[in-house]
Amino acid sequence: MAGSGTAHMRNTVDSVLTVRDLTVEFRVAKDKIVKAVSGLSFDVVRGETLAIVGESGCGKTTLARAILQLPPPNSGEVVFDGTDLTLLPKENLRSARTSMQMIFQDPISSLNPRMTVHQLLDEPLEIWDRGTRAERDERINKLLFSVGLEPDLVLNRRSYEFSGGQCQRISIARALALDPRMLICDEPVSALDVSIQAQILNLLLSMKETFGLTMLFISHDLAVVKAISTRVMVMYLGKICEVAPPDVLYSQPAHHYTRALLNSVPIPDPTKQIRTELLQGEPPSPMNPPSGCRFRTRCAGASALCSEQEPQLREVSSGQFVACHHPIV
Amino acid sequence: MSSLLSIKNMSVNFDTPRGSLEAVRGVDIEIPAGMSVGVVGESGSGKTVMCRAAMGLLQGSTVNRTGTVIFDGHELTAMSKEQVRELFGSGMAMIFQDPLTALNPVRRIGVQVAEGLRIRLGMSKSDAMVRSKELLELVRIPNAAAVLKSFPYQLSGGMRQRVMIAIAIACNPKLLFADEPTTALDVTVQAQILQLLRELREDLKMSMVLVTHDLGVVAGNTDYVAVMYAGEIVEYAPTTKLFADMRMPYTEALLDSIPRVDHKSGTRLSVIAGRLPDPTHRPAGCGFAPRCKYAQEKCTTDHPELKADPDGHIYRCWFPIGGAL
Ligand SMILES: Nc1ncnc2c1ncn2[C@@H]1O[C@H](COP(=O)(O)OP(=O)(O)OP(=O)(O)O)[C@@H](O)[C@H]1O
Ligand code: SF4
Ligand SMILES: [Mg+2]
Repeated sequence: MAGSGTAHMRNTVDSVLTVRDLTVEFRVAKDKIVKAVSGLSFDVVRGETLAIVGESGCGKTTLARAILQLPPPNSGEVVFDGTDLTLLPKENLRSARTSMQMIFQDPISSLNPRMTVHQLLDEPLEIWDRGTRAERDERINKLLFSVGLEPDLVLNRRSYEFSGGQCQRISIARALALDPRMLICDEPVSALDVSIQAQILNLLLSMKETFGLTMLFISHDLAVVKAISTRVMVMYLGKICEVAPPDVLYSQPAHHYTRALLNSVPIPDPTKQIRTELLQGEPPSPMNPPSGCRFRTRCAGASALCSEQEPQLREVSSGQFVACHHPIV
Repeated sequence: MSSLLSIKNMSVNFDTPRGSLEAVRGVDIEIPAGMSVGVVGESGSGKTVMCRAAMGLLQGSTVNRTGTVIFDGHELTAMSKEQVRELFGSGMAMIFQDPLTALNPVRRIGVQVAEGLRIRLGMSKSDAMVRSKELLELVRIPNAAAVLKSFPYQLSGGMRQRVMIAIAIACNPKLLFADEPTTALDVTVQAQILQLLRELREDLKMSMVLVTHDLGVVAGNTDYVAVMYAGEIVEYAPTTKLFADMRMPYTEALLDSIPRVDHKSGTRLSVIAGRLPDPTHRPAGCGFAPRCKYAQEKCTTDHPELKADPDGHIYRCWFPIGGAL
């Protein structure tokens, strides 16, 4: 059966999110269909930060949105906290989403500029009837403190009066307002300056501890992913290439694509410059993906088998799973 | 070493509704011939304005540039707009972060590459087309003949940047300004473009000013680095020297705050508290003082002077790392 395999699934009682055989397609023209996410399966265990890395167009954001049913996937299961979200009626979906919050790349435009910070944070609390006016205000103050903002200085201001980093703090506070179990972050620091990026990454790490969160962290930046994740999943053209703990993945990548990605990351140390063979060309169109292994057209290790058969994920070292016929060992 | 470009005490101010905005403040820098010089700094530190001002590309009644710019023996700041423009192409050329905005969306790639050749080198239409194809091949565009006939939207971001590079090098410039040329690209494509720029620089004996916010890009692609903060060049040194023996507290803080693939996973990053000073209200002392862990009384009152170590390492700090020499 086509699909990228399920060997990497833990299927434990601790799974907060389990995605099975998820497919998302977009019709881009009368007879043209883009398979943005193709038969993807994975699970996220309580307390884990699963990072999803890959280049633009590999399906990262589509995947995140499909999990939240924005829009729902074409097929597959999204089991969150024991409930398959794809089967839920709209009303119940809204309440399920309160425990699964999303943080976006562009902090400024993801906040309504007409609302004050107080209104932004109060809105979810009010809609879901969390306490009296006084209790909600206390909660809002606590949230702002926890993300490093001084309530008195920010409560009555609007998003456009803040910098990108401050807006991202506000988004995080808002996302945490309803005590979610899971946070889905889509490139949360990509739009921020390096010095601000570190502040937000550290904030996410401490929020995770304080609130006992499970995270899905989407990023194209391999260095950011290494700093924040406890498990990494590499995607290419809507499929999984490799899943492993960060230290294993970065030190001994088993997929040729993972290795090529890592070799392309510029290292900020002039004495550590290694010039390796670069990956040639650019990813092919997802409208017409290569047969067999989707990476084979750019892969140095490809054989005839790679065009005939799709590789399935299998474990090559403890906790390291790779979908490749000829993994690097 | 002779310098190809020398900028002396250049400042750039913009008139804005909030008052005068000092985007570049007393910049002094020499770009040695044949070298690649990186300019790093965070968003708004003045990298783009410095480059555009040096090239004479900032015009208009709200712009006020002072100081001197000498390029290849010509004092640009004393020349007319037309004279400066003459130098483009064969003297200086520029590539940007977003090639899509620099290319005309409704004209074929071939026409756009040939244009400069016809105007600047007076080539005939057919000669210019032949040369355009060669240029696309030079920047390693596969299937150059077909690409000549295509429109910008039909190309990927990486291919469009290659086209921009082809246009920029068409008249063999001595100096290429590359402003965040790979920021919008995926990491594997970025690696390809950086490699291409290294090879072209070598083959064409071209100098380069590489503007980036990425210290990794700087480390592997430059001979010298200038670090910008709040409109000033706060440190300037050979790249290996800068990374091994930085003098500026800001440079150190910046390097410590970036996540790295060559560090263990889960490493907590050190944070630079606060943010860049408001460019319309520059502080009296050092612009980095409110965020600097070495700051002392003097830093908040007196603006640090530019100092140079005997080896030419330049910095702007009252209490440099490693002590004053
Ligand atoms: N035309 C203009 N009018 C007014 N202010 C301007 C203008 N162009 C730039 N600025 C301001 O000048 C300062 C320096 O901007 P500049 O674009 O040079 O920064 P940069 O270092 O290139 O940043 P980035 O990394 O975001 O490209 C900023 O405060 C910016 O807002
Ligand atoms: S002058 Fe003072 S505040 Fe500025 S960088 Fe040096 S030590 Fe820090
Ligand atoms: Mg810029």
